[in-house]
Amino acid sequence: MTTTETSTRTSGGIGESPLRPDGRLKVTGRFAYSSDLWHEDMVWGVTLRSPHPHARIVAIDTTAALAVPGVDAVLTAADVPGRNATGLEHQDTPALADEVVRYEGEPVALVAADHPETARRAAARIVVTYEELPALTDPRRALDEDAPQVHAQGNLVREMHIRRGDPEPTAPVVVSLEFEVGMQDQAFLGPESGLAIPDGEGGLDLHVATQWLHVDQQQIQGVLGLGPEQVRLHLAGVGGAFGGREDLSMHVHASLLALHTGRPVKMSYSREESFFGHVHRHPAWLRYEFGADHDGRLRYASADILFDGGAYASSTGAVVGNGGTLGLGPYAIPNVRVDARGVYTNNPPCGAMRGFGCVQAAFAHEALMDELADRLGMDRVAIRALNGMREGDRNITGQVIDSAAPVAELIGIVRDLPLPAPRAEVDLRELPGGVSNTTHGEGVVRGVGYAVTYKNVGFSEGFDDYSTARVRLELTGGEPVATVHTAAAEVGQGLITVEQQICRTELGVERVVVHPKDTTVGSGGSTSASRQTYVTGGAVKAACEAVRTTVLARATELLGRTGLHLDGDKVVSATGEVVAGLAEVLADGGVEETVEWRHRPTHPIDPETGQGDAHVQYAFSAHRAVVDVDVELGLVKVVALDTAQDVGKAINPDAVVGQIHGGSAQGMGLALMEEIVVTDGHVRNPSFTDYLIPTILDMPPMQVEVLEYADPHAPYGVRGVGEPPTISSGPAVAAAVRAATGKALRRVPLRPEAITGV
Amino acid sequence: MRIALTVNGARREVDDVWEGESLLYALRERMGLAGAKNACEQGECGSCTVYLDGLPVCSCLVAAGQAQDREVTTVEGLGGSSEDSGDEAELDPVQQAFVRCGAVQCGFCTPGLVVTTHDLIRRNPEPSDPEIREALAGNLCRCTGYEKILDAVRSAAAEVRS
Repeated sequence: MTTTETSTRTSGGIGESPLRPDGRLKVTGRFAYSSDLWHEDMVWGVTLRSPHPHARIVAIDTTAALAVPGVDAVLTAADVPGRNATGLEHQDTPALADEVVRYEGEPVALVAADHPETARRAAARIVVTYEELPALTDPRRALDEDAPQVHAQGNLVREMHIRRGDPEPTAPVVVSLEFEVGMQDQAFLGPESGLAIPDGEGGLDLHVATQWLHVDQQQIQGVLGLGPEQVRLHLAGVGGAFGGREDLSMHVHASLLALHTGRPVKMSYSREESFFGHVHRHPAWLRYEFGADHDGRLRYASADILFDGGAYASSTGAVVGNGGTLGLGPYAIPNVRVDARGVYTNNPPCGAMRGFGCVQAAFAHEALMDELADRLGMDRVAIRALNGMREGDRNITGQVIDSAAPVAELIGIVRDLPLPAPRAEVDLRELPGGVSNTTHGEGVVRGVGYAVTYKNVGFSEGFDDYSTARVRLELTGGEPVATVHTAAAEVGQGLITVEQQICRTELGVERVVVHPKDTTVGSGGSTSASRQTYVTGGAVKAACEAVRTTVLARATELLGRTGLHLDGDKVVSATGEVVAGLAEVLADGGVEETVEWRHRPTHPIDPETGQGDAHVQYAFSAHRAVVDVDVELGLVKVVALDTAQDVGKAINPDAVVGQIHGGSAQGMGLALMEEIVVTDGHVRNPSFTDYLIPTILDMPPMQVEVLEYADPHAPYGVRGVGEPPTISSGPAVAAAVRAATGKALRRVPLRPEAITGV
Repeated sequence: MRIALTVNGARREVDDVWEGESLLYALRERMGLAGAKNACEQGECGSCTVYLDGLPVCSCLVAAGQAQDREVTTVEGLGGSSEDSGDEAELDPVQQAFVRCGAVQCGFCTPGLVVTTHDLIRRNPEPSDPEIREALAGNLCRCTGYEKILDAVRSAAAEVRS
């Protein structure tokens, strides 16, 4: 068949906003999250955790627990068959504590029983004899000579030094500050949970909610002493992640119990256990100084940043890397000194959370930028536009910013967005304190604040950051259907929609099946660092291109013609004639290609100067916050939170805006209410009663402006989206509260007592 | 113990219920209805919201035994669950609006929000934004920042009114 009809573009491709394929299942309650899994033979696993921040385990007596009717197993470190060590960067974290516990909540023993309550009661009957040790709970003391040692190799996880330009710079105008950021929790709603099913041949299948199946697999197989083919991971439905599922939680525990009992084991944390069961955002102590000319141009900047890594390293090293290399914000600064450190303490372990090292720094550099503007009598937007990076500038590690860096434009956009109207009449619901009826407007002051940020996208400092995609194109019921298979975790952000969109655009097919995510295909890398649309998107695009090449080779052979290309689902000649349909070419069988795809390499930075091309891409955003503050009671109502962000290319514009909304809410939460309170190594508020996250009453309406300055180095020009909103929203809110109150407010979250000064 | 109740219109008898079990646990682990979610299990997040005799409750705070001889409606009972045809028309307007408006990301809060919104629109078919915010204040969402949830509630209410 030869025709000249024009093929039509497939709908639902990139740049459109097709609905997410799992939406229907999620609104009907049928989507299978990791805590929904069930097996008729399963037993329940629970964890016994340390009550002490630092103690030696003298003895563990499991006799009474084992005697509880219904109990199948009680396991301790002595039952670990392989290497009792896990960890993302350093294998320093025991699967079960051996000899020493280093934080309150560290897993010590496991119980499997026929009912979760039976298991919990049995766990309570395990007798652990501890000898308490001095605990290091103030990270500012961690490197003192007399500080308690958390690990044998000392308390320093990583330090980074950045030196650029004049080592002893001076400037006519100098401002400085100290800032402190509290410990934030990811507070994903779906608890850590999963189901481990033994295969009867020594291996198992683990269905679990995670951010990176393959790095979990590596760690679990090491603990179990098994090969990778014996530890097969399957992504269960993930109820949010935000960094908190990068490290193992119940994965290895359920696996140990399943292999030991020979039965499927389900584990599902309570909210309280969840607060102990995953890493948090690092609390940070920051000391900054800016030197500037009288016209406001930065001449130098220096920073000392300290991150509390807690008891185990997790991803503290990379957080220090980000805090160091990105910690002065999106500004062009000729002379720089940064010293960033992450230390071990006996506090809860800290690791990845959305914004990863940049969130803490942004509170400091944005507060100091306001201070500088005020000192000079300059406009706070103008000073950011003046100093903001531009394409072609070098950042503080000497790396050239080789795609758009629209700092001045972004901050200008948010400044020019309509402001909310002044309060006209008293509606309690719109006042600080709400229907608690704490004010009718008296003592309420409005403030406006601004912030800009930038964030690296993807893994950095020379990490081999890749993703694998397998795409199959075949006829189903006479229609061409694509199946895309990656191991890249869908955690709610919409990666599965993006994978479908790319296949539609590249292959011209309507129907795209997303294969369940598992370890039978190569690694997709981590669902973190705002990287999956870029990296797994790049892999899917490359796999589609490989499929197309194979299809065309087959068509060339079949039709005896050369110079063919694909246009939608048509095979087209060099002269534009449609010479065959895709279905004809696929009639003899499907085409499948698997591609491992990498972004441009990054490089380690120089250990002494901190110079180097550490990151592959930078993403920029700006926020403007408007707040009403009851200055007598210290209560804050965020009235508006508006933002502008460059996303390179919006593959799914609606999902992009959804990421920006949600990310902004988390940043606002840290500014105003979210903190895990830790005193003497003990967590004081492990519940949603006492750890507050923004409700729909707390969130204001948002105006979102999306720029699309394509990054010529990235697939389709995309730029990572998920993290920048979490970084710039909080500092804007804090700035607005400072503007309303006139107070310095050098610690977040902003507590009422700090706002009122009592 | 044994409890007997009506769930999504059907009479159910459930054996071997331990007295301390919540209605949430009984629904999820004993009746195979995992739609109501276990995010906090202390009444703070609203993810486990179901109708109990027509009133929305946190099923984590109701003992399973308290549901004896009462009527429970879960998110599965609102629409879309009786078949696997993929027919959009089978969904409740609230469910449709949540999908259509992009109000679902990870979706863990969604079943609770769907039930709460269903109840709001039943009581108040034309809610103002402050009324929507007040009604949904007990349902935590960590992904969306609530903007598209507001869109979905407004859209569902308009759909029901028409």
